[in-house]
Amino acid sequence: MDDFFLRALLGGIGVAVAAGPVGCFIVWRRMVYFGAALAHSALLGVALGFLLGIDLSAGIFALCVLLALLFVLLERQHLLPTDTLLGVLAHVALAGGLVAVAFLSDLRVDLMGYLFGDILAVTTGDLAAIAALALMTLAGMSFIWRALLSITVNEDLAAVEGVPVAGVRLGFVLMVAGVVAIGMKIVGMLLILSLIIIPAATARRLASTPERMALLAVVFGVLSVIAGLYASLYWDLPSGPLIVLTAALLFALSQAWPRARHASAVPLAGGRAGEAR
Amino acid sequence: MTETAHHQGPGDSSQLIAAHGLSVHFHERTILDRVDLTVSRGEIVTVIGLNGAGKSTLVRALLGLITPDAGRILRQPGLRIGYSPQHLHLDATLPLSVARFLTLGAHAPRRRLLKLLAEVGVADVLDSQIAEISGGEMHRVLLARALLRKPDLLVLDEPLAGVDVAGQSELYRLIADIRDRYACGVLMVSHDLHVVMAATDRVVCINHHVCCTGRPEAVTRHPEFVALFGRHVAEGLAVYSHHHDHQHDVAGAPVPLDEG
Repeated sequence: MDDFFLRALLGGIGVAVAAGPVGCFIVWRRMVYFGAALAHSALLGVALGFLLGIDLSAGIFALCVLLALLFVLLERQHLLPTDTLLGVLAHVALAGGLVAVAFLSDLRVDLMGYLFGDILAVTTGDLAAIAALALMTLAGMSFIWRALLSITVNEDLAAVEGVPVAGVRLGFVLMVAGVVAIGMKIVGMLLILSLIIIPAATARRLASTPERMALLAVVFGVLSVIAGLYASLYWDLPSGPLIVLTAALLFALSQAWPRARHASAVPLAGGRAGEAR
Repeated sequence: MTETAHHQGPGDSSQLIAAHGLSVHFHERTILDRVDLTVSRGEIVTVIGLNGAGKSTLVRALLGLITPDAGRILRQPGLRIGYSPQHLHLDATLPLSVARFLTLGAHAPRRRLLKLLAEVGVADVLDSQIAEISGGEMHRVLLARALLRKPDLLVLDEPLAGVDVAGQSELYRLIADIRDRYACGVLMVSHDLHVVMAATDRVVCINHHVCCTGRPEAVTRHPEFVALFGRHVAEGLAVYSHHHDHQHDVAGAPVPLDEG
């Protein structure tokens, strides 16, 4: 096996592992559009990273966090519906990013690489960044898991029970930013969200607990990366899109699977009066 | 000036929570106007009012979820609140069993969960998915989650929403039972008048400000209550709630509200 292919495999697996649990919460919390807005800002993050002379993944991470904070601030003003606000932010960030990289003539920008990923060009340095951010994301997710689950079910209830709602939400935004930052390299900013949500959507069918769903999302993500990469090598086709198509194929197959079995033999008759289902 | 004093209990030692002069404004609109409210141990207090009268805002302020613009909220030190929200919208993509849902708020062994669910009459849903249980079962599960915290004060926002009349009186009996068993105070929000009147110690009728407060039979004779809910409702309730009372005069004809 060639080195570049091995690096691609490891990098892709790293991203898929971090994306699984984060993706589940994005689906449960209906934050897909928020994730997309963050991904759109990644190009601006590349320019920022280049300007500051830091690692480009760190630049993307920083910009995602900035955008998320800006969003939270603007959302409090109740100027626009949330989805409209996200739409504005996402495309301003994308347009700004395109202009910024055009200005930076020193920066040799492979635009296609940023839009659709360039997993076969993953360097050892990239691998280190992916490993670091993936580990940070996993550690962070396990730290806030229970609290995040609680506020996902009901924020008021969680707050009354003592969960620091604002802090946990902010923590989760950091996790999303982390996954977007490392996923850029693998499938690019236009496809990263699919690597986050498709494995989670696939796992739903087969899971009966939140943790099992997250674990299965990781498994499906890793499978997609491996199968997609081999397919890309075999047919000489772009790897990022093939990884996403593999994930989509797994999703389609999962729909044929019988629904997760729940122990729910609730007798309908002879029970409580007047409680229609 | 807001002063949410957690260190300092309400004046009366049996009072669990006391709000004084609570005001909340939202975009120039006055949602709550100098509202006073207390709940004591062993007491069932129900807040009633029309839609948009500020009931939910009042509850959210008492729970500490929003900061009032003026007024004071005094809580007994170490007060444990069990809260049951009006709606629980759970995304269908989240696989969560009732048992897991209950233990999100507090850890508990399985047999304690079973016992608690049996107390509220839904022992058989422990292993069901939350998404699969009915609205009435959900209210009871929410009640169980609130009870799991061994609350001093139980706050129930519209615990009867979506439950039919037969189920409602059953639920009310259950809530009264719980009050006796746990010796806690209960604060309820409801827009359903009939059952409220039958099962509450004290009614607080609000329309941004407190219109009237007192025992159910007294409140139904209050002019502001009559003006708010209409004479027919008021008379019907007055007869309904105390048919042994021989005073049938509804005090005064409907009077215009002194505040919009």
